Amino acid sequence: MKEQLQKDFDNSIKNLSLSQKDIEIKKFCLDNFIDKGFPNRKEEDWRFSDLNQIIKNNIGELSFYNDQTSTNKVDTSVFVDGLEHNKIVFINGRIEKIDFEYEKRDQIEIIDQSETINEFKNSNSLSDLNNAFTNKCFKILVKKGYQLVKPLIIYHTTNSKIWSKNINLRLNFELDKDSSLRLIDLFNDTSEKNFLNIFYNFELKENAVLKNYKVDKFENKNIKYSFNNIDQDKNSISETFILSSGSNFSKNEINCNLNGIYASAFVNGVFSLNNDKHHEIRSKINHLTENTKSYQLIKSVLDESSKAVYQGKIFVNSDAQKTDGYQLSKAILLNKESEFNAKPELEIYADDVKCSHGSASGSLNEESIFYLMSRGLSYQQSRELLINGFLLDVVEKITDSEIKNLIKNMIGIKE
Amino acid sequence: MDNRQKEINNLKDYKYGFSTDIENIQAPKGLNEDVIKFISNIKKEPAWMLEFRLKAFERFKVLKEPDWQKPKFPKIDYQDLYYYSAPKSMKDKPKSLDELDPKLLETYKKLGIPLQEQARLNGIAVDAVFDSVSVATTFKDQLTKQGIIFCPISEAIQNHPELVKKYLGSVIPTSDHFFATLNSAVFTDGSFVYIPEGVRCPMELSTYFRINASNTGQFERTLIIADKGSYVSYLEGCTAPMRDENQLHAANVELIALDDAEIKYSTVQNWYPGDKDGKGGIYNFVTKRGLCKGKNSKISWTQVETGSAITWKYPSCILKGDNSVGEFYSIAITNNHQKADTGTKMIHLGKNTKSKIISKGISAGSSDMTYRGLVDISSKAKNSTNYTQCDSLLMGNKCGAHTVPYIKNKNSESNIAHEATTSKISEEQLHYCQQRGLNPEEAVGLIVNGFCKEVLQQLPMEFAVEAQKLVGISLEGSVG
Repeated sequence: MKEQLQKDFDNSIKNLSLSQKDIEIKKFCLDNFIDKGFPNRKEEDWRFSDLNQIIKNNIGELSFYNDQTSTNKVDTSVFVDGLEHNKIVFINGRIEKIDFEYEKRDQIEIIDQSETINEFKNSNSLSDLNNAFTNKCFKILVKKGYQLVKPLIIYHTTNSKIWSKNINLRLNFELDKDSSLRLIDLFNDTSEKNFLNIFYNFELKENAVLKNYKVDKFENKNIKYSFNNIDQDKNSISETFILSSGSNFSKNEINCNLNGIYASAFVNGVFSLNNDKHHEIRSKINHLTENTKSYQLIKSVLDESSKAVYQGKIFVNSDAQKTDGYQLSKAILLNKESEFNAKPELEIYADDVKCSHGSASGSLNEESIFYLMSRGLSYQQSRELLINGFLLDVVEKITDSEIKNLIKNMIGIKE
Repeated sequence: MDNRQKEINNLKDYKYGFSTDIENIQAPKGLNEDVIKFISNIKKEPAWMLEFRLKAFERFKVLKEPDWQKPKFPKIDYQDLYYYSAPKSMKDKPKSLDELDPKLLETYKKLGIPLQEQARLNGIAVDAVFDSVSVATTFKDQLTKQGIIFCPISEAIQNHPELVKKYLGSVIPTSDHFFATLNSAVFTDGSFVYIPEGVRCPMELSTYFRINASNTGQFERTLIIADKGSYVSYLEGCTAPMRDENQLHAANVELIALDDAEIKYSTVQNWYPGDKDGKGGIYNFVTKRGLCKGKNSKISWTQVETGSAITWKYPSCILKGDNSVGEFYSIAITNNHQKADTGTKMIHLGKNTKSKIISKGISAGSSDMTYRGLVDISSKAKNSTNYTQCDSLLMGNKCGAHTVPYIKNKNSESNIAHEATTSKISEEQLHYCQQRGLNPEEAVGLIVNGFCKEVLQQLPMEFAVEAQKLVGISLEGSVG
């Protein structure tokens, strides 16, 4: 893999107009990645999902060079109907379109930040890979007091014209004081067996509100890793909803730093898996100052030989008195071969806090099925009704009614 | 001053912090094959036992000290320890208690284990381990009548080699983790219990461990076998003198329950926790594992952990037999600079297996406490259930309380439920108690005892009273 990395790196550097210093930084990141390789089971954060092994078994040898000079045709058929929205379109890892047609132009700034390197405190070798190979990186700045009228949908599309086996994406967002953004990530993959490595960085200033909905719904054979870093100032709110269903393997990581008082973070997730899929959500909420709040709810329905993992951590600093942290994960295993692993973790250094977590996994309740069947439903109908209700609980947590309905329609959940 | 206050004052400092001047025989300092041969030789062990030790030592040489635990500690120099230390007078074992060294007896009296009286008065059979050897076992006759074997493991190796050979290392093999393997190589003594088929052990069996000599590691090994349909309740208590340096205690405890058998293992661990500034104290790195080998068997661990500078242990149950049950009840209290990383593992292999985990952690002062546990339901363990509850109580903002559960469910017909909470003692509760005339310390004591009640109830009567007191004492000075 080393030669391939080196060769592809040299190729991609050639097409970029970078200063010598930037090249050196990228080179440093590349060397770091070569040194560490893909994360494996020996790393605590990856103990349930050995990415190194998964890539080996599913893709084999990776290639990393993407020719970014030619444009891809934007296929408008993937766009969401019936919901007016702003768009960012990624096709095979290349930004093809940034379109804020519904917004005031002077309130949103798009800054090219291709030369900056992302440095996260809580990260792994994949951030090095990302830093080494990202071509273009933009920062989207929502100015003070501006609240986007329409949601922003980021389309992540891959198709058969893809150059290499690995795509690295990066986007930065800054939400200035009193601003708000609704953001939907929509994955639409028709390529075969690629590894997507996505890093987002959000900076939320005072009173800012971020709502991020990640929807991975369509069946595909790709392997995805997505990392969200969220820094939150006073009174800010972040809401993350993850629908984890379509890809062969997917891992979503949320790292949230509650830096300002009264900041709050919500992470809700749904795993709906079948067919040998293996998905993971790992969240780390850092309560760093007093009076912060976090709430997490993860529900899984696992069919066939699928596997879901939830690793959630609530960290409470010794200054973070009056923290309120809650975490709940529930799983229904529908099949003998399915598997649910959880590691709900609390690390607490302050005494005046209210932190709790719960985790439960098991089969569908036979008594409930019996109850429904005795009222005239078939076995299959009762099952579906129960699962529907089980997942509806999480979808109902979505605070934006427009998007809630969109997502309900997408997964076919009824009220 | 009322009586209670007096009692507390007496107990405020670690009351077991004396050491006894007794001439010791020690193995040469350091760890090598010769030392292992020395231990084996002095214990007059058969060849297979020495082989067992050397095999473990071979394995130990390639193992690395683990470093994933929460409490970090300075590197232990394993060559700077004595691996065998025994009171000289024990070289030729006394036949009865009357022949025991009076100084030893006095030590045990100070510990609250008057062996002679105990032998006469109440119904607990005691095996006392002093540094590295088992010094006295009471109530032997009565137990022998029922066919129960309760003796030092070194004696069992001589007298019951077939049992020891069959079961020793069957739950904790010589190829296990670092400290367990070290123990397999150099273990010195410990208790051996065998309960024959269908026998319900008529009394509580009990062992007291005492580290006396300085610079000694204590490596005892306990093996308990409950044959078909039998029952035994076993108690373990531990103390050590106050010393400035840290001492290592790495014991192995193996439990085996055959069909329909039940083992109840209770520990009140009160090793020297170090002084107020965190100097000295015992490193308690113990491997405890129970195997529910037969159908309908049950193993229940109850522990009250108040001592040690660092406690690092996970009493576990392997639920292999169908319908077997594993239980874990724990109270862990850390104060001052104590650190604990403790919990349990429940490995469900058989059908219809059940496990229950109740863990209560209390941290005060500048201490740090971690619950780390694993519940693993394998794909064959149909219809199994687990219930886990771990609650932590924090006192002050210099301490930490952490929960790290690992939950693996590979069976769709099994259910796992886990819940954990972390909180402090509520002002309302304190206010309520104080309003009714309790001082703040008493109020905290009462609330904490209530918090721990679920676990304390599981202890045998005699221990429960002692443990309840210990809970109060351990938290002295942590209020206000």
